[in-house]
Amino acid sequence: MKTNSLKRLLKDTFSNNKARCLAVLALIIVSAYANVRGSMFMQNLVDDYITPMLQSNHPDFGPLTAAILKMVAIYAVGVLATWLYNWISVSISMRTLKGVRDDLFQHMEALPISYFDTHAHGDIMSVYTNDTDTLRQILSQSIPMAVNSLVTIISVTITMLILNVPMACFTLGMGVIMIIASRNVSRKSSHYFRGQQKSLGKVDGFIEEMMEGSKVIKVFTHEQQSIEDFNKINDQLFEDASNANKYANVLMPILGNLGYISLVINALGGSLLAIHGMAGLTLGTIAAFVQLNRSFNGPIGQISTQLNAIVMAGAGAERIYELLDAPVEVDEGRVTLVNGKKVNGQWVECNEHTNHWFWRHPHDNGIEYVELKGDVRFHDVYFSYTPDKEILHDINLFAKPGQKIAFVGATGAGKTTITNLINRFYDIQKGSITYDGIDVKLIKKADLRRSLGIVLQDVNLFSGTIMDNIRYGNLNATDDECIAAAKLANAHDFIKHLEHGYQTQIDGTGENLSQGQRQLISIARAAVADPPVLILDEATSSIDTHTEKIVQDGMDKLMAGRTVFVIAHRLSTIQNSNAIMVLDNGRIIERGDHDDLLRQKGVYYQLYTGKKANA
Amino acid sequence: MIRTILNQVKEYKKASWLAPAWVALEVILEVFIPYMLSIMIDQGINQGNVNVVIRCAVIMLIASFISLFAGFQSGKYAAIASSGLAKNLRKAEYKNIQNFSFKEIDSYSNSSLITRMTTDITNVQNAYMMVIRTCVRAPLMLVASLFMTFRISPAIGRWFLWAVIFLGIVLFSVTIIVHPIFNRLFREYDQLNKSIQENVNGIRVVKAYVREPYENERFARESSIIFKIQRRAERILTINSPAMQLTAYFLIIAISWFGAHMIVSNTFTTGGLVTLFTYIMNILMSLMMLSMVMVMIVMSIASGERIAEIINQKSSLVSPENGLTEVADGSIDFQNVYFNYGKNDQADEYVLSNINLHIPSGSTIGILGPTGSSKSSLVQLIPRLYDVTAGEVKVAGRNVKEYDLDTLRNNVAMVLQKNVLFSGTIKENMRWGNAQATDEQIEAACKLAQADEFIQKMPDKYDTYIERGGANVSGGQRQRLCIARALLKEPKILILDDSTSAVDTKTDALIRQAFRDQIPNTTKLIIAQRISSVQDADQIVMLDNGKIQAVGTHDELMQTNATYREIYETQQKGGDFDEN
Repeated sequence: MKTNSLKRLLKDTFSNNKARCLAVLALIIVSAYANVRGSMFMQNLVDDYITPMLQSNHPDFGPLTAAILKMVAIYAVGVLATWLYNWISVSISMRTLKGVRDDLFQHMEALPISYFDTHAHGDIMSVYTNDTDTLRQILSQSIPMAVNSLVTIISVTITMLILNVPMACFTLGMGVIMIIASRNVSRKSSHYFRGQQKSLGKVDGFIEEMMEGSKVIKVFTHEQQSIEDFNKINDQLFEDASNANKYANVLMPILGNLGYISLVINALGGSLLAIHGMAGLTLGTIAAFVQLNRSFNGPIGQISTQLNAIVMAGAGAERIYELLDAPVEVDEGRVTLVNGKKVNGQWVECNEHTNHWFWRHPHDNGIEYVELKGDVRFHDVYFSYTPDKEILHDINLFAKPGQKIAFVGATGAGKTTITNLINRFYDIQKGSITYDGIDVKLIKKADLRRSLGIVLQDVNLFSGTIMDNIRYGNLNATDDECIAAAKLANAHDFIKHLEHGYQTQIDGTGENLSQGQRQLISIARAAVADPPVLILDEATSSIDTHTEKIVQDGMDKLMAGRTVFVIAHRLSTIQNSNAIMVLDNGRIIERGDHDDLLRQKGVYYQLYTGKKANA
Repeated sequence: MIRTILNQVKEYKKASWLAPAWVALEVILEVFIPYMLSIMIDQGINQGNVNVVIRCAVIMLIASFISLFAGFQSGKYAAIASSGLAKNLRKAEYKNIQNFSFKEIDSYSNSSLITRMTTDITNVQNAYMMVIRTCVRAPLMLVASLFMTFRISPAIGRWFLWAVIFLGIVLFSVTIIVHPIFNRLFREYDQLNKSIQENVNGIRVVKAYVREPYENERFARESSIIFKIQRRAERILTINSPAMQLTAYFLIIAISWFGAHMIVSNTFTTGGLVTLFTYIMNILMSLMMLSMVMVMIVMSIASGERIAEIINQKSSLVSPENGLTEVADGSIDFQNVYFNYGKNDQADEYVLSNINLHIPSGSTIGILGPTGSSKSSLVQLIPRLYDVTAGEVKVAGRNVKEYDLDTLRNNVAMVLQKNVLFSGTIKENMRWGNAQATDEQIEAACKLAQADEFIQKMPDKYDTYIERGGANVSGGQRQRLCIARALLKEPKILILDDSTSAVDTKTDALIRQAFRDQIPNTTKLIIAQRISSVQDADQIVMLDNGKIQAVGTHDELMQTNATYREIYETQQKGGDFDEN
């Protein structure tokens, strides 16, 4: 599974950068060739030049000069090839990283809401940060290094076999031992590294929890106890960390010294063979083998140090593809929202912005235009998040244009769920929901959502200016329109008192704004979108009475003249509604206006008066 | 900073010395082996002397095994020393944070404290391991190899020296050029991550306003910036490996040329030639490692400073020596109290000013006022979570500063506005209030706080596991559990800071009823938004802008205080329609 993801990633990388990858491969071969050629030169140097010259009375340096100049040329090409393949590898890895990031983000934006419900936000973030980072490591380092090492090992092996078979076998045999040793050490080390990762996670979790609760610790004089608890898991982390690092640390000494042992055995064997005049060994060959031996053992060490990175990248790639393979929202809608204008007393579709909107409904026998009014109806709607647990049962309701429908009921009764069905954050299993008489499933999601405004209880803002955040509701809105929306939402008063007014930079977390101010901005954001239907989730948070009044007033102005579905907490909102739906366990158990429901003396009455009915 | 960090090495001093000592031995042997090789070639192979060949080989093998052992030891001790230092640093930070007063807690954000205890420590740990291992190994290897080169041939040794200087300059210049680019890259990364975070958290808003294309475009812009910066940095770094190769090849050519001349003129040997080739790689690797280590150490300096800051941070609020260990009763007095959160000398603006209040033991006090009127600040002075700037706060007639801090806080229980439960069972959470509490005591406290009813409905009752931060209970349930936890302390004074805001009106009333009936002798201070939560208190304190605006019973305030009356009327009319 892990190797598959990695394979897929490499395949994708290759097919997106074919020419570059092939160039890198070719350049690596050139670079490795220059390197091996250098080791072979040792033999020539000793056997063909130095030894004959030593025996000659008038040594001629001419041939050596020529040979060295040739080596200079080969080396120059080698260095150039090394630089070029590094340069191109950077391009490949950076492009791939950017591609992965962009794909991840675009895919994420297309995922259904349920994905975000079922995946921890921290985990989604970590795909972008940690997992993408492991890819950088292997793409720009491990993979080129591994390819280079592999090419070097192969060419060195061939060279050694050409030079001398018995000596080559010594080196290869020691190479196998080194590979086995490094595999064992890496296995041990990765075992302990997993342990360390786990304890580290535990320590992180503990610290986070205790930092959040640090004031509670003080109030309960629990400091000593928490220090003791911390020491326990901290000691465990130390155990795991020192074990993991121990194994990681000894890998290089083991490989390095096994390399020396290999070198010594090689030199010993070679010398004995040479002295006894066997196997045609010359001094030059031995000298070359000393070099080749190092060129052979070096890459083994390099590959084993990269193994950990490759394993980690495998896990990272798996999580990346998990996100990229998650199914996106399906949208089979064909009905779109279009502008219309009156030509000779007839409404016709047009491209310019007219503020008159129509649903464009293509049928087999022509196109039907339906005026956008904001009439929403639920017919026998059933819904569940997971197949085994039905959340909403048999919901029927209708909201005519301009009507206000309030939902009341206990936490978990299904209020929020109902509102999430209208804009198709979730799809219903049975029944139908219609908008201006058209089944919402037939409407393109983007157009459906454009016709619905939403103000949620938890306000989410985005980094940028306040103006940007208001304009989020309608990207075509002018500054004046945004300011008008802010005025309507009662947000203008506080914004104009800020030092930079509408150009004040805010943060997604909105640290520099109060809860009430954030709500006002989100109301303005909905106002600038100017949709015929609004979904409101009234805030329950304890903002003070004065601010609450301002927010409430802003909400009231926003609601005027629109179809509104409101999850209500405030009595005044509920009293002004055309219909109140009392929900309990996913069913509408009472409905009617305020006075009707009080007369019924049911659950609503009980909620309202705090008294049991018939008491 | 460095001293603060090194002070925490403590019991790992021995390991911290042993690691470099073994490294030094390893390096000496590693330099010695190629030298032996040259003897083996010159005196053994060249002369056809088998005895010398075998003797040299045996010496080299022994040296390799000793070096292997030394490598093991240095690796082990370096791991122990660095992990040990990390452990002690974490411990020291954690311990000192526990000594922080509210003032220090306020001045560091949670995320900053968490980074200082996790990422920063990891950075320092890695750097420390580098210092006691690589920082010993690389320079030693460099010097020893150079020394041996000079011994074999001073003429060639000079070439080596020049090559080392050249490569050193290249590597360090690259590092210096790249460093600020990487810093910029990290800042851009933060920006990108922030934008991803906002999208993940606000996905409903993104989708509701059909802003996917807009966000995609915005993201692509930001990721392009990162792509460009990162490519630039990495491209500069690509100079490193060809520069290494260039130096190595240059040396090989130089040795071949001059070596050949010298061998022919009998001032050099073939064995020496072979050995020099081996030293080339040793020297180059040492330089590469040094440049890497430098980057890591530079990066960890900032981390080290952040850690030292926490360890050296003094708490501004300490328990008096031989403080009073008994709180006689639950009476509270505020006498001319002034308070601000800043330093004592900048007294320009007070959060609380001229507070005078006498609260008799066993009474119930309601505190009302708009957001920012310093209600929380007022009550936090009682358990000495902050110290007054001027004036005196007294509990049972004694200044709170005279009490032993633990004694005071154990007798003044406070349910904070921003309250948290911890991961663990309900029972475990309750025992925060009193570690020795019996099951019966826990149940009694929960009954009092009206929490028993919903706990009984849970599948595991009192053994129900509470997720971190109390994520699996509703807001109202969490508040009731927090009240029960505070009650288990059996305090003389109980402070509820807006602790029933998510509890429905009916249950709220039941809790207050239980307080009256069951803990009549405990002084109760209740901060609330809803008038119904305080209207039956013995006294209601109206705060505005850090000053006491009015004190009186509900009936008195209804008659004399216009603000109070106004709040009352709005809440009657547009009150909450909330349930739990």
